[in-house]
Amino acid sequence: MDQLFVNLKHWILSWSLWPDALKPLVSAMLTIAPILVVFPLMFALMTVIERKGLGRIQNRLGPNRVGPYGILQFAADGLKMLTKEDIVPRAADRVLHFLAPVVLIVPIMLSFSVIPYGRKMVPVDLDAGILFFFAVGSATELSIFMAGWSSHNKYALLGAMRSMAQMISYEMPLIISSLTVVMLAGTLSLVQIVEQQGGYLWGWLPQWNLFTPWGLAGFLLFFVATLAESNRSPFDLPEAESEIIAGYFVEYSGFKFALFFLGEYLGLFAISGLGISLFLGGWNAPLGILTWLPSWFWFFAKLAVLLAVFIWIRGTLPRLRADQLMNFAWKFMLPMTLLNVVVAAGWHYSGVAGWNLILRWVVCGGVILVAYQQLGRSFETKVTKRTYRYAE
Amino acid sequence: MQPIPEPTTIGPVFLVLSFVTLAGAVAAMSLRNLVHCVLCLVVTFGGLSALYLRLDAEFVGLAQIFVYVGAVAILIVFAILLTRSGEVLGGVFSTGWLAGLTVAALVAVTLVVAIGRTDLRAAPESAVVKAPVRQVGDALMKEYVVPLEVTALLLTGALIGAAILAMPDRRSK
Repeated sequence: MDQLFVNLKHWILSWSLWPDALKPLVSAMLTIAPILVVFPLMFALMTVIERKGLGRIQNRLGPNRVGPYGILQFAADGLKMLTKEDIVPRAADRVLHFLAPVVLIVPIMLSFSVIPYGRKMVPVDLDAGILFFFAVGSATELSIFMAGWSSHNKYALLGAMRSMAQMISYEMPLIISSLTVVMLAGTLSLVQIVEQQGGYLWGWLPQWNLFTPWGLAGFLLFFVATLAESNRSPFDLPEAESEIIAGYFVEYSGFKFALFFLGEYLGLFAISGLGISLFLGGWNAPLGILTWLPSWFWFFAKLAVLLAVFIWIRGTLPRLRADQLMNFAWKFMLPMTLLNVVVAAGWHYSGVAGWNLILRWVVCGGVILVAYQQLGRSFETKVTKRTYRYAE
Repeated sequence: MQPIPEPTTIGPVFLVLSFVTLAGAVAAMSLRNLVHCVLCLVVTFGGLSALYLRLDAEFVGLAQIFVYVGAVAILIVFAILLTRSGEVLGGVFSTGWLAGLTVAALVAVTLVVAIGRTDLRAAPESAVVKAPVRQVGDALMKEYVVPLEVTALLLTGALIGAAILAMPDRRSK
């Protein structure tokens, strides 16, 4: 059961249908096809569940007309997007306007290729998997710029600059909080990082990175940075249609807009998958007695839980202002992640020096808590009367 | 595992990648619209990193994308948008090619002379030298830590210098 999909692939490969020369190609196709099917389908389901969940949080029903309980709403939405007219502004740079959604989707799809979905279920086991993930991910900022600039619309351009500034600012905490895991694991390979988190303390407690002071802090920082990096609420400034004219994709309609939408969600899945591999033990079961369930089940179960939390947050928190967003990134997230690196080093060396586990927890956790309290204080006192320079 | 291709062979993949890289570079130099130039430059960076990856230099290839596409290209974009508008009147292609050609020729001569002087035969014969990331990291942090720090200092100095140059002179106003 655990190796169901791996065995299925080997079985299909063993058919005499393919000539030997084509086998590497078929093997690659068999690896790529599930990713191309599963994640867009997950995107479709998530849009429905998100709309239903948000509806419930806001005390309404949500979509309930198409299919049983409105579960086929995504098909209706998709058909609507496909059949909509594709409008390109006359002054737009047509080539770049067309290329921008493509440039967004391709790197995100590539970043799925290094995530271990289960035991021996990784599309490409790269030695520098995390580096690959962030390297291809950095191309998405360029696509946002292309979309905003090529639309030849000042609101789109302003929105693109805003989104790029946001993504660059939050990429730093994202990478540095992943760096702590890399530092302690001593490898950049996601497969090895997940394998190191296997095994159980006292036979039942999982040894995930989450259950260490630096891992807990790192995961929370990573989670917040993920929200900002994938433009999720409360950092969804690019989607603030009513307040600041959305953002880089205002001039997109029809299926190109749907591609931006898809890219955003796929990016969210990819970064969540990375977070699961780094902090939440990847495909390892959460309890020692639950290892009989297949590894891929655990990966997708964790992903589902994370996505539910994302929806919950979207229904709960209000949107941040652009300056608050930047202040939070540079004055809170960055110092905290840098401190977390130091704490992780302290955790490692106190382990080498043979300190008691409880003592290590108290010291490392205490440092993080004190820093959190001190840094958070500077935000509390900032509430003053707003002064308007031009609007008075 | 597929057999690792001989890095020195000029196969179709190498030809396509070099063509893309060179075409991107030529377009980046000859187009008039600065934003188009930057995007063509990104194509060149991508092609270069693909060439590195084909040489099994995993770390260099990925760092190339990470640093150049992720940071340098974005930096140029911001610089262009913050200093001037990307719209330029006139034709699609930029003029002033004579100066560019001179500089390019000088750089090419320097490179050809430098490469001609190195003894390529002295390089290890085994074509596949796979450098794992750990090995690169060890070398950077132990053997070459001083050059690394000096480079970092130089880049920081350049950055601060650029910021000072770009700062408006308050006293003269």
